[in-house]
Amino acid sequence: MAAKDNLKAIFDELDAAKKTPAFRLTVGMATCGLTAGAQPVYDKLNELLAGEDAVVDRVGCIGSCFLEPIVEVFDAQGNRTTYVHMDANKAAEVVERHIKGGEVLREYTVGGPEGCGQDGITSVEDAEFYSVQERVVLRNCGLIDPEDIDQYLLAGGYSALAHVIDDMEPQEVIDVVLESGLRGRGGAGFPTGRKWQFTKNAVSPDGIKYVACNADEGDPGAFMDRSVLESDPHAVVEAMAIAGFAIGASQGYIYVRAEYPIAVRRLQIAIDQAKAKGLLGENILGTGFSFDLGLRLGAGAFVCGEETALLTSIEGHRGEPRPRPPFPANKGLFDEPTVLNNVETWANITYIINNGAAAFKAIGTDDTTGTKVFALGGKIKQAGLVEVAMGTPLRTIIEQVGGGVPNGKEFKAAQTGGPSGGCIPAKHLDTPIDFGSLGAIGSMMGSGGLIVMDEDNCMVDIARFFLDFVVDESCGKCVPCRIGTKRLLGLLDKIIDGKGTPEDLEIIEELCAHLKTSSLCALGQTAPNPVLSTLKHFRNEYEEHVNDKHCGAGVCRQLVTYTINPEICIGCTACVRNCPVFAIVGEAKSPHIIDQLKCIHCGACIDTCRFGAISKG
Amino acid sequence: MPNCKTTVPFAGTEEQERQLREVIAAHKGEQGPLMPILHEAQEIYGYLPEEVQKIIAEELNIPLSEIYGVTTFYTRFTLNPKGENQVSVCLGTACYVKGSASVLAEVEKVLGCEVGAMTDDGKFSVDATRCVGACGLAPIMLVNDDVYGHMTPDRVAGILAKYM
Amino acid sequence: MADNNMVKVTVDGVEVSVPADYKIIDAAREAGIKIPTLCYLKGVNEFGSCRMCLVEATGARGLVAACVYPVSDGMVVTTDSPAIRKSRRNSLELILSNHRQECTTCERNDNCELRQLCADLGVDHVRYQIENLEPQLEESAPHLIRDNSKCILCRRCVAVCRKTQQVGVLTPADRGFATHIEHAFGRDMAEVNCVNCGQCIAACPTGALSLKSQTNQVREAIQDEDKIVIAITAPSVRVGLGDRFGEPLGANTEGKMVTALKRLGFDYVFDVDWAADVTIMEEGTELIDRIANGGTMPMFTSCCPGWIKYCEYYHHDLLPNLSTCRSPQQMHGGLIKTYWAERNHIDPSKIVVVSIMPCTAKKFEIEREEQRLDNGCMPTDFSLTTRELADMIVESGMVFGMLKDTPFDPIMGESTGAAVIFGASGGVMEAALRTAAVILAGPEADVPLIFEETRGLEGIKEATYQVGETTLRIAVASGLNNAERLIQAIKSGEAHYDFVEIMTCPGGCINGGGQPQHSAWEKSIKSIPAARIKGTYNIDDKMPLRRSLENPEVKMMYDEYLDRPNSHNAHQILHCTYVERELYKI
Repeated sequence: MAAKDNLKAIFDELDAAKKTPAFRLTVGMATCGLTAGAQPVYDKLNELLAGEDAVVDRVGCIGSCFLEPIVEVFDAQGNRTTYVHMDANKAAEVVERHIKGGEVLREYTVGGPEGCGQDGITSVEDAEFYSVQERVVLRNCGLIDPEDIDQYLLAGGYSALAHVIDDMEPQEVIDVVLESGLRGRGGAGFPTGRKWQFTKNAVSPDGIKYVACNADEGDPGAFMDRSVLESDPHAVVEAMAIAGFAIGASQGYIYVRAEYPIAVRRLQIAIDQAKAKGLLGENILGTGFSFDLGLRLGAGAFVCGEETALLTSIEGHRGEPRPRPPFPANKGLFDEPTVLNNVETWANITYIINNGAAAFKAIGTDDTTGTKVFALGGKIKQAGLVEVAMGTPLRTIIEQVGGGVPNGKEFKAAQTGGPSGGCIPAKHLDTPIDFGSLGAIGSMMGSGGLIVMDEDNCMVDIARFFLDFVVDESCGKCVPCRIGTKRLLGLLDKIIDGKGTPEDLEIIEELCAHLKTSSLCALGQTAPNPVLSTLKHFRNEYEEHVNDKHCGAGVCRQLVTYTINPEICIGCTACVRNCPVFAIVGEAKSPHIIDQLKCIHCGACIDTCRFGAISKG
Repeated sequence: MPNCKTTVPFAGTEEQERQLREVIAAHKGEQGPLMPILHEAQEIYGYLPEEVQKIIAEELNIPLSEIYGVTTFYTRFTLNPKGENQVSVCLGTACYVKGSASVLAEVEKVLGCEVGAMTDDGKFSVDATRCVGACGLAPIMLVNDDVYGHMTPDRVAGILAKYM
Repeated sequence: MADNNMVKVTVDGVEVSVPADYKIIDAAREAGIKIPTLCYLKGVNEFGSCRMCLVEATGARGLVAACVYPVSDGMVVTTDSPAIRKSRRNSLELILSNHRQECTTCERNDNCELRQLCADLGVDHVRYQIENLEPQLEESAPHLIRDNSKCILCRRCVAVCRKTQQVGVLTPADRGFATHIEHAFGRDMAEVNCVNCGQCIAACPTGALSLKSQTNQVREAIQDEDKIVIAITAPSVRVGLGDRFGEPLGANTEGKMVTALKRLGFDYVFDVDWAADVTIMEEGTELIDRIANGGTMPMFTSCCPGWIKYCEYYHHDLLPNLSTCRSPQQMHGGLIKTYWAERNHIDPSKIVVVSIMPCTAKKFEIEREEQRLDNGCMPTDFSLTTRELADMIVESGMVFGMLKDTPFDPIMGESTGAAVIFGASGGVMEAALRTAAVILAGPEADVPLIFEETRGLEGIKEATYQVGETTLRIAVASGLNNAERLIQAIKSGEAHYDFVEIMTCPGGCINGGGQPQHSAWEKSIKSIPAARIKGTYNIDDKMPLRRSLENPEVKMMYDEYLDRPNSHNAHQILHCTYVERELYKI
């Protein structure tokens, strides 16, 4: 029982374990909170609470971006109050009236006028958008200080690692992960336990194996991994050590985007603190087990999210995917057997060890156990980070958690899986979220980006947006992806410019099929998904662009016609002067006319007109 | 603009080179040292010019071309220094037809520095950008976050003077 | 009993038993099936990027790249199906949409692998938008022209340059659609540490890398009445030239070659084999002198201009170890413009020496200023490759197979078997040993003629020979990656030698960058270097004289002109110095 005893000794040393203050205040200080202005709030609270029986903790993200900056107050009786949209002045009021006066400032809470629209509540736990969620991965996020290992320990941290070292054989660890049914959260959903098993079974002539973490989250609009790393970095660190124990590795690497400076810093702090406490490095917790972690920074290449490209990048090369087999489990980093999982997958591990496979399996569906974190954004009222049980219908996420589409607009589609995923139309909103169901309707789970689109979005334009991204991010190694995505983009541009033909749609479909079957890696194989899914569910929009030369959503510039209503136009000449191509003619004080042949559809006129005389359609 | 060869003369100091060599020495023993070294080298110099990549190539015994292949693959690595002030001229359709190319040419002339490069004193770098969505103000020039609309070549010198 | 290392694979219904480490493409080859490829170059570039070799295989999801997918026991492979054909055509169309197609006038119009594949796979139109590409010519180097508008990014050149030659001046730069091949920081080839070996050209499936041809200049010189134009042909040319004309691989076409050269208008045709014998006299004498007088050891051969340049870039400390002997080409040119010119009372400035070489680096070597002769002449004026000579023969309309044999002209046409084997890796070493053995052990001693350990295609060969009183430890390396390994072993003190032969091209000059080209497929089904090496030793076997010191025309030259090897005069004409080159010059 050496590891557990040593962990207990560390735990007993913690100051915080010995005393509990009357109030604990937390300030959400992940990227979203900091961007919204959490720092001055934190500073003000610290200034005003000096000497009081209260602590102020910098915590990560509870996921409710739309309410940031958030301050939560936990009192000794176990009451939780969630203050939203805070600033330094409001923070001062909270100190004065709540901490010192014992009064909950309802108007500033999540149930107040600036909150989630649910009157009468004061704690986020009572909010519907929050309570329908199931928090496994995000269990500590927004509750503990990510830069203080003591808080992670107080929350039960490293007990899973100690338990594994003391009480389990490596194979038993893998058996638990296998039994839990956990599938990789990076996109493809490969069973995590099997991956570990392959790596454990793989023969390494020199005995070296590696554990690696994919934190190169690159989907536009996705920030699940960032939030976990910024809010609960030890969850990943501890899980990787457990995997090291299970597969027989003593070195791990975390490949993290350089674009996430806060995550990088907090990970480094977490590693340093864990090492200082003997929870990482040589002879962990006084046992013979050693496991060390190194950070490797990505350098701006989306393709490095692909596992073999990521490993190639760590090795110091152009981040180009390599053919599989050999799979990383047999020949991965530096040609050694390597287990590679993404951040969210890792964040599930200690939960599974601590609570058992059965508890984990109880969440989610038979096919897909556990939860999924989504970064909910786009045309949605309550954007943020969301964690729901697998199997939850998309509609629940969009309507109950996200609060639906704002401004009375009509929902058109939800995009999951980023550039690898697809657009899901309203008729499929009751599809349960799991790997199989999303695949069946032409999308994919992906890493967890979930973008909502309304009637103002043109689906051809959306497909083009994702394809443009892929063209920029293709590594350029294989022919279908390097040239095929570029040609596909050209065809979409042609359609968007009003020059498309029905034959182009056929060529697009053939090219999409080619990319799917013939590309080297998942980036190219899934690149056509945004096009194929929109073609499947919104073919009418493509046909409208091609046959009628019209963009119903009014997005595609070349297909939009600007006209001046002579009834309204007073002839002020403002638009005439602002038109970059001199396409508007007309005398002062008489209605103007747009020469459609000259018009480049830039929209400058409509922006200039103060009388609403110009319309587009 | 592709990650092209810079036209700015190298002005690295001995202190920077000492730091670079320290960084290389610190990572040389570990596996896959190139990426961490490139990140830190860019921290030291602000960019990764040929002179810097040459030192890394010689120290790590990796062909210079291979390092160049790596640095041009990743968008965060830059072969061009960024000036204190970043001047960009929109070459989107609306701006272009209203003469933004001549505005850009004037910027290059006034600063003596080509697109994608930086002035010798490090004060300015020049870029051409895609449409910034302010077609009503075409042609557009940006200096850092300041937007200048309805640009003409004769206004360029005056505006840039404010940042000199 | 089943062999554990063998597996049974069925390819298109044909069952084959193959080694377990085979890829599908290897098994298919054994089953008699040619899977189309573009990026694949066996043993050099196997990374599955062109997607031409996609096949279906049991146990694999979807289509897989045959060049990288390993076989497994019981695997059933389909290499031809509607889905596969569609995929291959689509990939080809995509490649063509970004390839400057000027096939009729392209240097590779006779043997472009891309064009051949389009023909084989029935690609007759491109449905995708075709990029309007301008030529992107890079012509700074003396030996090649690069045109990225024809590059299909197969990266065979990059792999050869990096892996086989350890030089790595070529790299893919940028990414995605913008990816292109270039040198670091877009520098010209003449500015970077290229050793001019031309293996990249030999690897290129299209016209993106091509020889810089000098046939027109040579034709002009031939037309010039005031010039005496002399062709000198390297040992390896005679066993390579026939490839272009359908002769069996490695066939000796020496007599036809001389006839062709005469008919092309060369005034004289001499054999560089003669100069190779001279080289042995000089180099052998130098070696014996170094051993006797405590010179810098080990001594390295200096016949190969690629190796010399490599050494000048990478191993400044080894420059004193290089033999000071010029290459046979330069010795020959130098002696033509001195000895031969004086003997025939000809103004050397009127002589145009045109070497025919298997080598592209010779084009660089002839421009080396430190090789200028005392009379102001450069030893060699033009260096044509075997391919350029073949081009001239084709253009002239000669039916090569019908040409009669003509002997080389005296007094620089006689040679020994020792000279002809110069073209094979280990050949210079063996030639030197044949002569050195006689010198060291004395003419009466029973000295060996064949030094078997020097022969063959292994990258590094080593042996120790007892010659008279002297123990000679020798090593031979070909391919600069092997050379580098050998050098590291020497520098680390792990290995000790007296004499080291290094050739840049794998297998030696017979596999030079200027020899007739073969497709990746041809290279995968037979060893071209092995066939040419065999041809070389066959010639040697039949030669009446097999030691350089027996060459009567060489003896005559020394008697009449240079007195003896390594004499003062010999040093002026036949030896040279080297320069330290900065590896990365900014």
